[in-house]
Amino acid sequence: MNKLCSLSEAIAQNVHDGDCIYLAGFTHLIPFAAGHEIIRQGRKDLILARATPDLIYDQMVAAGCAGKVIFSYMGNPGVGSLKVLRRLVEAGRIEWEEYSHFGMITRLQAGASGLPFLPMNQTAAPDLERANPLYRRVTDPYSGKEVIVVPPLHPDVAVVHVQRADARGNAQIWGIIGEQKEAAFAAKRVVLTAEEIVDEAVIRSDPNRTLIPEFIVDAVVHVPYCAHPSYTQGYYDRDNELYLQWDEISETDEGVQAYLQEWVYGLPDRAAYVEKLGAETLARLQVPPRLSGPVNYGEY
Amino acid sequence: MNTTTFTSSELMTINAARLLRDGDVVFVGVGIPNLACNLARRTHAPNLYMIYEAGVIGARPSRLPLSIGDPTLVSGAAAVCSMYDIFTLYLQRGNVDVGFLGGAQIDQFGNINATVIGDYQHPKVRLPGSGGSMEISAWANRCYIMTPHQKRRFPARVDFHTSAGFLSGQGERKQAGVRGGGPQAVVTNLGILTPDEAGELILSALHPGATVEQAQENTGWPLKVAANLRRTELPTDEELRILREELDPGKIYLK
Repeated sequence: MNKLCSLSEAIAQNVHDGDCIYLAGFTHLIPFAAGHEIIRQGRKDLILARATPDLIYDQMVAAGCAGKVIFSYMGNPGVGSLKVLRRLVEAGRIEWEEYSHFGMITRLQAGASGLPFLPMNQTAAPDLERANPLYRRVTDPYSGKEVIVVPPLHPDVAVVHVQRADARGNAQIWGIIGEQKEAAFAAKRVVLTAEEIVDEAVIRSDPNRTLIPEFIVDAVVHVPYCAHPSYTQGYYDRDNELYLQWDEISETDEGVQAYLQEWVYGLPDRAAYVEKLGAETLARLQVPPRLSGPVNYGEY
Repeated sequence: MNTTTFTSSELMTINAARLLRDGDVVFVGVGIPNLACNLARRTHAPNLYMIYEAGVIGARPSRLPLSIGDPTLVSGAAAVCSMYDIFTLYLQRGNVDVGFLGGAQIDQFGNINATVIGDYQHPKVRLPGSGGSMEISAWANRCYIMTPHQKRRFPARVDFHTSAGFLSGQGERKQAGVRGGGPQAVVTNLGILTPDEAGELILSALHPGATVEQAQENTGWPLKVAANLRRTELPTDEELRILREELDPGKIYLK
């Protein structure tokens, strides 16, 4: 089935007020364009789950989309604090649920695997366990020792950005693969955004690279530069300048609202955003090719 | 010996690099730990194996990575895996020799706080939180910490245990049954603290020019001094050259 649609259609049909959403990607392939479309459509009371909320959740929280965040590292990666979230947490104006990266990823793994919980070895650092009652302990029936467990995470929607997908939703990712596969399998609905929509034959020429199969995907959207200011391996580099600028922009609520006005509300879609970025920025983010060696699957 | 000057971050990076052994599998963090690992690999530890929590194994970054998931880590790496795999197959399974940790507070027993200053529910300062550090400190064989030597960074007790050092000392870490050996050294701009038999951090080395009094004045507990207190070697011209010319020419981390 052809699931191609526009990003605005995909968000309108799949993301509803109050949903728990997971915009996937560990530093790599963060679907900023989807976050911006959710802001434009004015979603409210979302639960925003991500290991690293990154700039996109800072922006969505500032836009009033969220009532709660679930995270494991609330920083601006390589820069410092996520200041919008930090101000809200310090003021007690947002609900949050916190894990270590491993706790967070294990929740997704349990969700993706259809398990009631997953165990982890103890860490001797129980303060977070005390702070978050979803961390529990059970006795390992084999050794008699206690292990730490977390429940599955089942986001209502996962949005996953990929290098290439076919119109049915078979999707291939290379580079850092973080938690995209787990988020997609854990979620109830999956919105796929892709730098390129390719023929099914391209996908089938290299099946080992496919992380997400079509039958768990609800919508497929062609969105070049979807991940800016994060990056897409082999397509464009991370716009580190914007990550640094966000540190200043997010100093004040006024700065953040002005940014949202200029780059989100003031633009109809990602194509307009890319045009506004301009040729100079796009040239700065270009990467020279470095091709992998071909593999031979054999004609059987 | 050299007569050139160097910065505190250069001094810490060089001393941390010297702690790494050839063949170590290191869970590398971005920033100064990344520089220390790449410096060690270019000097005494050519077989250092760098893995990153983003799921990159055997990375050989050709430029300075600006985030923990920088694409330069992937190009030319030996393997890439999911985050679940990096934390299970590599870290939890015991395949990581060294982890680097950082935090706003490090206490007398090497426990680290990277979560909150003040009360957790009503924080005075909200910090980024654990990320990978809770499990790295528990399961890597050895952990190293780099931090400026300041009293506020070295309280007697941390406000929040983000990751475990030696807990309250006296073998408590061992009893907790975590597999890793805990923090083996805290490298500061004044010297190096290492755990004694009870797990208490004591001053075991001073950098050239630094004094015991300086270290004690800038520590939030009565800092003991090792019987065999040593002086670290001055940074060599070669170490400084590699850092300045090859690894961080833009002085992004070595301010």
